[in-house]
Amino acid sequence: MTTKSQALLNWIDARFPLTSTYKAHLSEYYAPKNFNFWYFFGSLALLVLVIQIVTGIFLVMHYKPDTSLNSSGVSLAFASVEYIMREVPGGWLIRYLHSTGASAFFIVVYLHMFRAMIYGSYRKPRELLWIFGCLLFLVLMAEAFMGYLLPWGQMSFWGAQVIINLFSAIPIIGEDLSTVIRGDFVIGDATLNRFFALHVIAVPLVLLGLVVAHIIALHEVGSNNPDGVEIKKKKDANGIPLDGIPFHPYYTVKDIVGVGVFLFFFSAVVFFAPEFFGFFLEFNNFIPSDPLKTPPHIAPVWYFTPFYSILRAVTYPLFGLDAKFWGVVAMGAAVVILFFLPWLDRSPAKSIRYRGPIFKIALAIFVISFFILGYLGVLPATPGRTVVAQICSVLYFAFFLLMPWYSKIDKCKPEPERVTFK
Amino acid sequence: MSVDQKMDSSRRTLLVATSAAGGVAAVATAVPFVASLTPSDRAKAAGAPVEANIAQLAPGEMMTVEWRGKPVWILRRTPEMLESLDKTDPLVADPESRQPQQPDYATNKHRSINPEYLIAVGICTHLGCSPSERFRTGAASGVSDDWPGGFFCPCHGSFFDLAGRVYRSMPAPTNLEVPPHKYLTDATILVGEDDKA
Repeated sequence: MTTKSQALLNWIDARFPLTSTYKAHLSEYYAPKNFNFWYFFGSLALLVLVIQIVTGIFLVMHYKPDTSLNSSGVSLAFASVEYIMREVPGGWLIRYLHSTGASAFFIVVYLHMFRAMIYGSYRKPRELLWIFGCLLFLVLMAEAFMGYLLPWGQMSFWGAQVIINLFSAIPIIGEDLSTVIRGDFVIGDATLNRFFALHVIAVPLVLLGLVVAHIIALHEVGSNNPDGVEIKKKKDANGIPLDGIPFHPYYTVKDIVGVGVFLFFFSAVVFFAPEFFGFFLEFNNFIPSDPLKTPPHIAPVWYFTPFYSILRAVTYPLFGLDAKFWGVVAMGAAVVILFFLPWLDRSPAKSIRYRGPIFKIALAIFVISFFILGYLGVLPATPGRTVVAQICSVLYFAFFLLMPWYSKIDKCKPEPERVTFK
Repeated sequence: MSVDQKMDSSRRTLLVATSAAGGVAAVATAVPFVASLTPSDRAKAAGAPVEANIAQLAPGEMMTVEWRGKPVWILRRTPEMLESLDKTDPLVADPESRQPQQPDYATNKHRSINPEYLIAVGICTHLGCSPSERFRTGAASGVSDDWPGGFFCPCHGSFFDLAGRVYRSMPAPTNLEVPPHKYLTDATILVGEDDKA
């Protein structure tokens, strides 16, 4: 480095912690050297967040959150989305990047969460890191739900109708609460405008704040790894973990490969199957919203369907409150229970590599139940399917609620002293 | 801390009072923001009654009018349709309409002023979807071989009969709502207003 640029850097460092921040979070942040495939999804989630924010900003330049009708009798909101698709140069690409990005976000986040579950990344001392992650998941669901109303199509309208009406199931305050959420007695212009404000300003701000907290917490405790052993326990004379390598350049370069492969699949969807067979963009949402007519079959977008199935699976009233209320409680509990995972797991080993057969079987049953619930959520309910959904919902909760017992009696293998690395 | 011994209690009181005043101000400031989330005066005022002309409605046909942003059905029931209500009496959850889902003048078996015309808000009392018509009876309906005709909510599978009465053990907790309404002439109905008010 030339003396002039060194002098500039010194000038900045005397006023802002530039070099020390760079070192703490990149060049001297030591991550375990045995990261595998599963460790791509954190950086990919960050990439998708950037894609969503950038494409979102450009969409807002053309989108109109307005339910009033134009001369053809179509709402300005719906028409402005079609305007973006047909008349704004490159608009179709920006919108498909955004709509595909929403689904990609959930794919990446679900895989990221699954990684934490198989390697015990939520265990001590990473409980807060996990809680920030669960909050991110919760906020992301709110962000996706509000964004889905904006095109003002049939699925936007009726999906929001059903979800907002869920709140009215809460005793005493329910009706007023759902009116305050809508800003009107029916879903209308007030609802669209506030969802727009929340979707583009409020919730993204919360999301960014939580991402920062998530990363600060990660860098405080250090990354877990596929062996689930703490690399900070074995350090060299300089205090650097023996099994650690600097995040930059080692993992920044590794993540470039992950980004390349991800964008390969992402682009394939954006350019060749942006609707993804009705899963990423539902066909009924290409019909302008009609408050007088519900589509013959309504289902949420795929990433909500496991939780939607749990909601529908509750068909019994209890304690004088009707089934609708308990369905809402079960759906909420299905997300909230994730927060408690660090304290439910009593296993001596963190990683699935050293955990016993009971955990492996429990996890397999959990994953299968989650997929079946997701599949049932896109289908209309029948009595037979409801029974299957009820069984899978019980298995979903059993994975968490029985964990304190089965994780304790499970026969674990001894964990290694150092990470294994070929 | 040794400073504790020399604590100036009047300063401490001032400190607590200042923080409390600041907290009260913050809460008070939040009031107009929360209030702005509730329905506006315009939203409250919307809800003018709508007139429906039923002169062209043939027996067995249904028309839909929009009232307060919701669909209101007007179904002209045939004698067979009215007879079907006897069959559904033992099948529905609230055959005598005890739940206050209708004005007093529609608290009867056919849930209407004039037995021939059913006027109901076409919104399922479960989660607010609009049920679709299943007027064909028997096997042709695709529901069951002895289906007497009625409505089916596509979202969560609730069944209603031709008086908007919900079947037993359905996700929907109550019968469909009958809005306040009155006949202006034999061929015009005013939805949203009755003579009580």
